[in-house]
Amino acid sequence: MLDGIAVDQVFVSLKHWVLGYSPAAIEPAVSILLTILPILLVFPVLFALTTVLERKGLGRIQNRYGPNRVGFFGILQPMADALKSLTKEDIVPASADRTVHFLAPLVLLAVAFLPYAVLPIGRNMIAANLDAGVLFFFAIGAISELSVFMAGWSSRNKYSLLGAMRAVAQMISYEVPLLLSSIAVIMAAGSLNTVDIVNKQAGFSGIFPHWYVLTPWGFAGFVLFMISATAETNRSPFDLPEGESEIIAGYYIEYSGFKFALFFLGEYLGMFAISGLGITLFLGGWGAPLSFLTWIPSWIWFFAKLLGLIIGFIWVRGTLPRLRMDQLMNFAWKFMLPMALVIVVSAGAWRFLPQGVTRWLISTLFLAVAYGLLARGVETRNKIAKRTYRFAE
Amino acid sequence: MRQMSAAFLILAIMTVLAACAAMTLRGLVHCALALAVAFAGIGTLYLSLGAQFLGLAQLLVYVGAIAVLIVFVILLTRGGDSDAGPLVPTRLPITGIVVATTILALLAWAVFHSSVIHFPASPVPTATVRELGTVLMAEYVLPLEVIGLMLTAALIGAVVVAMKEKQDPQ
Amino acid sequence: MTPPAGCLLVSCTLFAVGLAGALTRRNTILVLVGIELMLNAANLNFVAFWRYGHHGGASTGIIFGLFSIAIAAAEAAVGLALILAVYRHAKTTDLSLLTGRAQ
Repeated sequence: MLDGIAVDQVFVSLKHWVLGYSPAAIEPAVSILLTILPILLVFPVLFALTTVLERKGLGRIQNRYGPNRVGFFGILQPMADALKSLTKEDIVPASADRTVHFLAPLVLLAVAFLPYAVLPIGRNMIAANLDAGVLFFFAIGAISELSVFMAGWSSRNKYSLLGAMRAVAQMISYEVPLLLSSIAVIMAAGSLNTVDIVNKQAGFSGIFPHWYVLTPWGFAGFVLFMISATAETNRSPFDLPEGESEIIAGYYIEYSGFKFALFFLGEYLGMFAISGLGITLFLGGWGAPLSFLTWIPSWIWFFAKLLGLIIGFIWVRGTLPRLRMDQLMNFAWKFMLPMALVIVVSAGAWRFLPQGVTRWLISTLFLAVAYGLLARGVETRNKIAKRTYRFAE
Repeated sequence: MRQMSAAFLILAIMTVLAACAAMTLRGLVHCALALAVAFAGIGTLYLSLGAQFLGLAQLLVYVGAIAVLIVFVILLTRGGDSDAGPLVPTRLPITGIVVATTILALLAWAVFHSSVIHFPASPVPTATVRELGTVLMAEYVLPLEVIGLMLTAALIGAVVVAMKEKQDPQ
Repeated sequence: MTPPAGCLLVSCTLFAVGLAGALTRRNTILVLVGIELMLNAANLNFVAFWRYGHHGGASTGIIFGLFSIAIAAAEAAVGLALILAVYRHAKTTDLSLLTGRAQ
């Protein structure tokens, strides 16, 4: 048992050991550096792995091989991509706004790395234990919308501006169900602190954990959260702003070479961060799924869950067709927002009813009735009219 | 100056410069982006003063929503194509600048002659989220409900005012 | 300069900059930008007094700032909707061209 705890806390012990050897004057700086460096190293490596995983996975879903030329089964593809993007010519359009054009990827990158500070990666492994951690996450996520707009507008290109405005409208619309489903969790946990939220889900009843995803409102909230996360990070099926078959690359058409790679990195980092938050809020953070598996270190569980969610994202990208802009907006405002409000009510009912079958029934009833009414309402609105032709007769 | 931390000084200078840029730049979108920087600077000033919840709420609401709203309206009113007009038009707007300078001088005089600058140093007051929540639900529950109603009214009002009027089909 | 004085001076400067902009710029949107800057300066004042004043740990400064942010958001939304409506009618956002259109 002691071995398990030692492996679980190996990074914390490593950090304390290195701090023990550093002189007292620079100890705060070394401590901060040791906390930040793993984040700066691990997540870009995860990004590299995800690019290969995604291209191979999408290839297999589409009945073809993915990249398999570079390295064993294509595993060195990110190296090739990095070399390519570093050596490409950096083209800036003549009429582009040079300052804003240069700053947009930098702002996106800065804002993409910040949310990792409040994600608890393992037991006692969090970079900044903020009292209002979840609020910090959403505040930083909201700032990334501005960088998307900066990228689109500074290129002085109608298509990129169109893509940027669509992207910002989409991100703002889907932020509301994202926040509301998180509010249900915050209400149940009673705190905005991510460590508290994970600790509240750390218990077991029998062999099943107390994760919020295993409650009716938690399951619905998790589904809503993941749909909103897909829309927030402009992933398919919500990738109209960067629709590859429509407006080429949307708001980053005019970027080439390294800046494009920075945008790509920023987008994937955002995807990991929001999956990390979903894991923290709904999937119990670093907790084990079954009570007899707690000997596996906590950080391994976090990354296993993160990998599971990434595979989910890739799977959805390869399977579902893209949503049109008006379908997207209708979905957000007319279905997801009322559903998220009902989830908050259902979570409240769960919190205040005594434990037992009653609260399961009442929670599920709220959700089922709301889903039935809303889904029926959304369905019958969009009657597909018979196609008429104005000029082709 | 010795007693103010370097971080505060840097943040304050950056915020004031961004605010000046927001009011003096030629391109409208540049003004809006400088305003977003000024808002972010003020948010970080709140964070440095120990008001964690308020600083993060400022970043979320002002930078994430209001700055984006201003940018959208600039684009919808075709402000992105032409600039905001000459900064110094044919008639120098001396009245505005004189009024603002007078008010600044007055306020600075008031600050330096008040008792506040002689306050002894006090430790950072705590305002945890739990305390804020309790206070909001106990003392300030009426303003909270009124703000909820007001925000709903503002939402509906803004949508109604900005909606396109139904054109008669010609 | 003590910390409270420095903080208050920053808020006064922001207020003056916002006021100068709101009084001098010709574009309606920039007038709104100036107004938002003034509101933020007042909020900073509240937070400065909460931090450096003697009030027994009450969080009134923070609560007031929170409500002020909410009100400013609502006012910005309605103000911008008005600007959009005026633009749709008058095809301009230039104040010098809009003054005099009473009806």
